Amino acid sequence: MTDQASTGIPDPEGAADIIDTEFEIGQDNIEGNVGPFGFDIHNPVFLISGLSVVAFVLYALIAPEQAATFFGWLRPALTSTFDWFFLSAANIFVIFCLFLIVSPWGSVRLGGKDATPDYTYVGWFAMLFAAGMGIGLMFFGVLEPAYYFGTPWGDAPLGTVRPFDENGALIAANVEEARRMALAATSYHWALHPWAIYAVVALALALFSFNKGLPLSIRSAFYPLLGERVWGWPGHLIDIVAVFATLFGLATSLGLGAQQANAGLEFVYGVPNTVTVQVVLIIGITAIALISVLRGLDGGVKVLSEINMVIAILLLLFVLFTAGAVGILTEFAQGLLAYTQEVIPLSNPFGREDTGYMQGWTAFYWAWWISWSPFVGMFIARVSRGRTVREFLTCVLIIPSLVCILWMAVFGGAAINDMIADPATSLVKANVIDSYSPELSLFAMLESLPLASITSTIGIVLVIVFFVTSSDSGSLVIDTITAGGKVDAPVPQRVFWCTFEGLVAIVLLIGGGLSSLQAMVISTGLPFTLVLLVMCWAIFRGLQAERNGT
Amino acid sequence: MYKKIIVPVDLAHAGKLTKALKTAADLARHYQAPVCYVGVTTATPGSLAHNPAEYTTKLEAFARTQGEENGIETSSHTVVAHDPTIDLDPALLKAIDDTGSDLVVMASHVPNVVDYLWPSNGGTVAGRSKASVFVVRES
Repeated sequence: MTDQASTGIPDPEGAADIIDTEFEIGQDNIEGNVGPFGFDIHNPVFLISGLSVVAFVLYALIAPEQAATFFGWLRPALTSTFDWFFLSAANIFVIFCLFLIVSPWGSVRLGGKDATPDYTYVGWFAMLFAAGMGIGLMFFGVLEPAYYFGTPWGDAPLGTVRPFDENGALIAANVEEARRMALAATSYHWALHPWAIYAVVALALALFSFNKGLPLSIRSAFYPLLGERVWGWPGHLIDIVAVFATLFGLATSLGLGAQQANAGLEFVYGVPNTVTVQVVLIIGITAIALISVLRGLDGGVKVLSEINMVIAILLLLFVLFTAGAVGILTEFAQGLLAYTQEVIPLSNPFGREDTGYMQGWTAFYWAWWISWSPFVGMFIARVSRGRTVREFLTCVLIIPSLVCILWMAVFGGAAINDMIADPATSLVKANVIDSYSPELSLFAMLESLPLASITSTIGIVLVIVFFVTSSDSGSLVIDTITAGGKVDAPVPQRVFWCTFEGLVAIVLLIGGGLSSLQAMVISTGLPFTLVLLVMCWAIFRGLQAERNGT
Repeated sequence: MYKKIIVPVDLAHAGKLTKALKTAADLARHYQAPVCYVGVTTATPGSLAHNPAEYTTKLEAFARTQGEENGIETSSHTVVAHDPTIDLDPALLKAIDDTGSDLVVMASHVPNVVDYLWPSNGGTVAGRSKASVFVVRES
């Protein structure tokens, strides 16, 4: 009867433990047409998340000072009050993931016993990085190590010694220790902990979708806790907050990113730093993202991610060789060693004296990664079917961590070398320590190497394309959540979300309020930390059932 | 004249395909050609099935029912796409080749202004396939 040998099902899927629920995907959806455009949306989630985004934009525009004061207070208040909570939770996520890798549950395959991977390793890795971290590596790769190395503001990690005296001259005896600590403290924010945060969300969603048959939506991971209630308001609320955090996270990053790209263009080419240029950049980024989502997951998002990865690797190799490969590879080994030595003291949530670093940087980062985790986790889940839990966690946790430590050692190492070589003329020191212009740090470091005008241009292109790859994957994720977990909603819907995100960015850029609303997004990291803790428990229960075959 | 007829079906909206299904059955009887019903699904759970295996079972049952009701020889062919909203056209074109079909009978809506932006699947398949394509207007 069937005729499916060639392109049909990859293989028999094998036994999986489908959850028996009354719920049918799409049962709460409304299908219809607005004029000639078709739509298929989840009833409360689409409307409430869309309208609440509009409401918050209006609030930021009508009462900008109040919004800035409130959210400007809220974010640091949360990260300093709940610093212990963020640090402890992130530690739990790392330990939980490492435990799963070595546990017998590691052999459970996402998608059923005989499922085969949808993507090759190259395509998969490219998408992992491009969705959630690429843009951060560009922005913080130079800034963070250089900052910790020379900070005069008392927020050095674990109270490291300063390598500069009050006149900005080098104190040779302190250099090695300051460098070691700068690389360890930076790697701490980019290695196991953030990837464990993403991995928990991605694993929960992949498991409950591919193995348990629930819709690809954040709420599905709550089925073991809430049961059938997850299809009602508690579930709606979880999905709405996820959409809200993702859309604002992307829109505010896009707005702030346009400002950074403009600063880079001014630094390199003398392009005027104006709102008009920034709006043009946002329109350009949104237009490319739009083409990408219209070409689909394989033809657009994946292709762009792979192009980006190739350019990023070339830039990494260029910096590595021009800044002295042997020295920097030694530095990578030392950075890795320093990371393993310092990761436990750095992740200790209690009794710390370096609160400037712990609250201002670590807790801020954890809240930030967690507020992005619904989006990045869901995107990772979608492209990870067919891997075993062990393979999944090794590839989402261990390998990206090593890549990030290498990236930080290369970019940070080159930046620190520039600061040590001649502190008086170092552009990195001038832009990070003497006057704080974070958006210029990468370009300042590239200026110290040969062919600066070419590499700076590549840097700007990478920043822009990393924004595109966050924007397109984010639009797909928002579209899926607001379509009740359907991945085959009509095309105009994804166009709507992608355009809406660009519009929100432009309105906030012109009207003001980017920073205050970004602070608000990061504040959603607190409730989502609880969501992630529940997810750990849900994963554990889900894997147990899978192994027992119950 | 035709050796094998292929009919793309959206099982979630099978009710809207009556005219195309009947046209395909009539042509199958006339040319004594078997009909293959092709469906595109995803690895993620959807409104019809939790996984591709379950979808295949449903599509097989659909093909069987069509065969019994119309007295024709039928088969089914499932294609798994990562992003079906976009990948539908290439998936259908590949399915036409893979099944060795030489006639496509597919339902399509009456064109409107949106077709200038996003051409209909019927239009794209007719424009690109080497097989003969019969686009049935379901109005």
